[in-house]
Amino acid sequence: MSRKNGAAGEKIPGSDPKDRAEYTPVTYDPQYILMVNELKKYFPIKGGMMSRTVGQVKAVDGVTFNLKRGTTMGLVGESGCGKTTTGRTILRLSGEKTGGQVLFNGREVYDLSNKEMRSMRTKMQIIFQDPFSSLSPRLPVGEIIGEAVREHNLVSKAEFNDYIDKVMDNCGLQPFHKERYPHEFSGGQRQRICIARALALNPEFVVCDEPVSALDVSIQAQIINLLKELQEQYKLTYLFISHDLSVVEHISDTVGVMYLGNLVEYGRTEDIFRNPLHPYTKALFSAIPVPDPNAKMNRIVLEGSIPSPANPPTGCKFHTRCANCTQRCKEEAPVQREVEPGHYVVCHLYDK
Amino acid sequence: MAKRKAEGYLSGKEARRISRENRKITNELEKKRKRKKVPESEYLTKMHDPNNAVEFDNLHTYFFTDAGTVKSVDGVSYEVPIGKTVGVVGESGCGKSVTSLSLMQLLQRPQGQIVEGEIRLNLGDKAVDVAKMPYEAVQHLRGNFVSMIFQEPMTSLNPVFRIGDQINEVIELHDGEGKSREDMKKRTIELLEMVGIANSEGVYQMFPHELSGGMRQRVCIAMALACNPRVIIADEPTTALDVTIQAQVLDLLRSLKDKINSSIMFITHDLGVIAEMADYVVVMYAGRIVEKGTAEDIFYHPAHPYTIGLMASKPVVGRQVDKLYSIPGKVPNPVNMPDYCYFKDRCEMCVEKCGGEYPCEVSISPTHKVSCYRYYEIKNQEGGDVS
Repeated sequence: MSRKNGAAGEKIPGSDPKDRAEYTPVTYDPQYILMVNELKKYFPIKGGMMSRTVGQVKAVDGVTFNLKRGTTMGLVGESGCGKTTTGRTILRLSGEKTGGQVLFNGREVYDLSNKEMRSMRTKMQIIFQDPFSSLSPRLPVGEIIGEAVREHNLVSKAEFNDYIDKVMDNCGLQPFHKERYPHEFSGGQRQRICIARALALNPEFVVCDEPVSALDVSIQAQIINLLKELQEQYKLTYLFISHDLSVVEHISDTVGVMYLGNLVEYGRTEDIFRNPLHPYTKALFSAIPVPDPNAKMNRIVLEGSIPSPANPPTGCKFHTRCANCTQRCKEEAPVQREVEPGHYVVCHLYDK
Repeated sequence: MAKRKAEGYLSGKEARRISRENRKITNELEKKRKRKKVPESEYLTKMHDPNNAVEFDNLHTYFFTDAGTVKSVDGVSYEVPIGKTVGVVGESGCGKSVTSLSLMQLLQRPQGQIVEGEIRLNLGDKAVDVAKMPYEAVQHLRGNFVSMIFQEPMTSLNPVFRIGDQINEVIELHDGEGKSREDMKKRTIELLEMVGIANSEGVYQMFPHELSGGMRQRVCIAMALACNPRVIIADEPTTALDVTIQAQVLDLLRSLKDKINSSIMFITHDLGVIAEMADYVVVMYAGRIVEKGTAEDIFYHPAHPYTIGLMASKPVVGRQVDKLYSIPGKVPNPVNMPDYCYFKDRCEMCVEKCGGEYPCEVSISPTHKVSCYRYYEIKNQEGGDVS
């Protein structure tokens, strides 16, 4: 792995195994398909002569949530806040984690051997953001969808073609599309191919990384409806990453709001949208444009932009842009507390 | 293979024939545009209403491609009044950007050509028809009278020049007569401050990669405003930005518009942004305008089935629905458009007449016009004329 200490004796926070045990381990609860506990992922910044590690980008810095079977969790936040890294780290797609736990069906994902991980991959899939660059231009669609199915020997050779036809049909693709190449399809159709590729393996859990951001409004609606139908049909669990709050509200059961690698607020969709508590969530929601020309705008405009995750502010990470900032926010990092049942917020304002 | 041919795959022979014909047409148009010393009288014109900054009148912009002629803009007419914001909405590929590029004469030539229609631009004491102007003359309009904010702030700035030099260049080219380097720098710093960049002296010396997306878009806006243009075309200026940054940029555009009293053509596919920014809204579909009116007309009384579908398919915070409406089917192939209403195949409110030729524009209120057969009857009953 790339996390080698360049110079001897130099200590980088998080690199020492002793530092990592900062969390209290959770025990498996069967109603949750996924339990994420204090997950951390730091990327090293290389620099200097011997390309030593000179710093760390704290992309995900202590994220905790549980995901119930058959539900959808929305993950929202500005670009660069670590939404995508969270999704990828859960799937063990970006190397080793820096700390924390990821329990998928009760098993720690990062403790699996390569062989076990390989079979686990069929259970957890991802739909990528950009349907234009995530499909190989040199493979016909049938091969794109079927490659992993054949690799994992999910169906026998005799049933293979029928199986692919069935998967494609479920995702709104025609059987004759199989011989075509991705460039012959429109954006919406390509996204359907991406969805078919993920679902062909019969997964339980799918990370949807901004699946509709690159699409037009009318196509967006088609894809969202398709995702919802498939969820009912196959009892899928989604982690839906998006920066479009109206889409998240529509599709999710629970919502997590991220800021600079932290989950600042987490709860049921109705609670979060009806009663946002964290100042950042409030600002984020007030910035959503409403399709009504006479709507009263009580907008909280955030000053400045998101600080660098390589050098995050001390105390509460949001204090540099927060309107309710106190001296305490600058010095002490807040901890997660439950304000209403099932509604968690990380902010000093809600201390009793 | 047989199936592929049936779906519009061209044989080599056919493609060569098309490109030969295209070349004949485009060469002729190019020759006309490249003439030197064209008398001004040829493109001087009069505004139909002196309160308008721009009038598009029956504009046709075609692309002569090797697969056939694509009618990107096919008979588009609308006005941009002085000091107002006009929002243009539509799916990608509906011709909203091509309309604005026609106004700037920035079309991909020689394939892209304005073949018919007028674009009248109000220059204050006179008016010109941009569609007939030779290439050299348009250079004096860009920046001074019309300027553009592009969609991708990441790609529309040159990565190898400093921010200050890039803005200076705009001033030098369009408004630089008698100005020294120091004057230009002063103006550039002033512009950077105007768009809300606090560290303007520092940013002047920076390269684009040192700035965040929101900051880059601010620089692009500063560049567009450098010579106080009368018309600003904002081509999806916030699509690449986060909601919080989007709110900042929209606030900025609104306040700047009042400060320099110019008109904005706001192109986007986000209905929420349009509702917030626009006084008038134009809805485009497959190269034609299907509906236009004030923002209230469009958002409170949408008339065309496409507009209604577009509104219903966008999830809105606070409005819970079980299933989102989605417009069935897809946009027709731009090379051979049907000869009936372009939306008929996707429309769920078809009436018998829809099989006829493309519907004309019907006024359903003094400000609200729609191209749909469903409104012919209402009009006829009132005794109005269908024009």
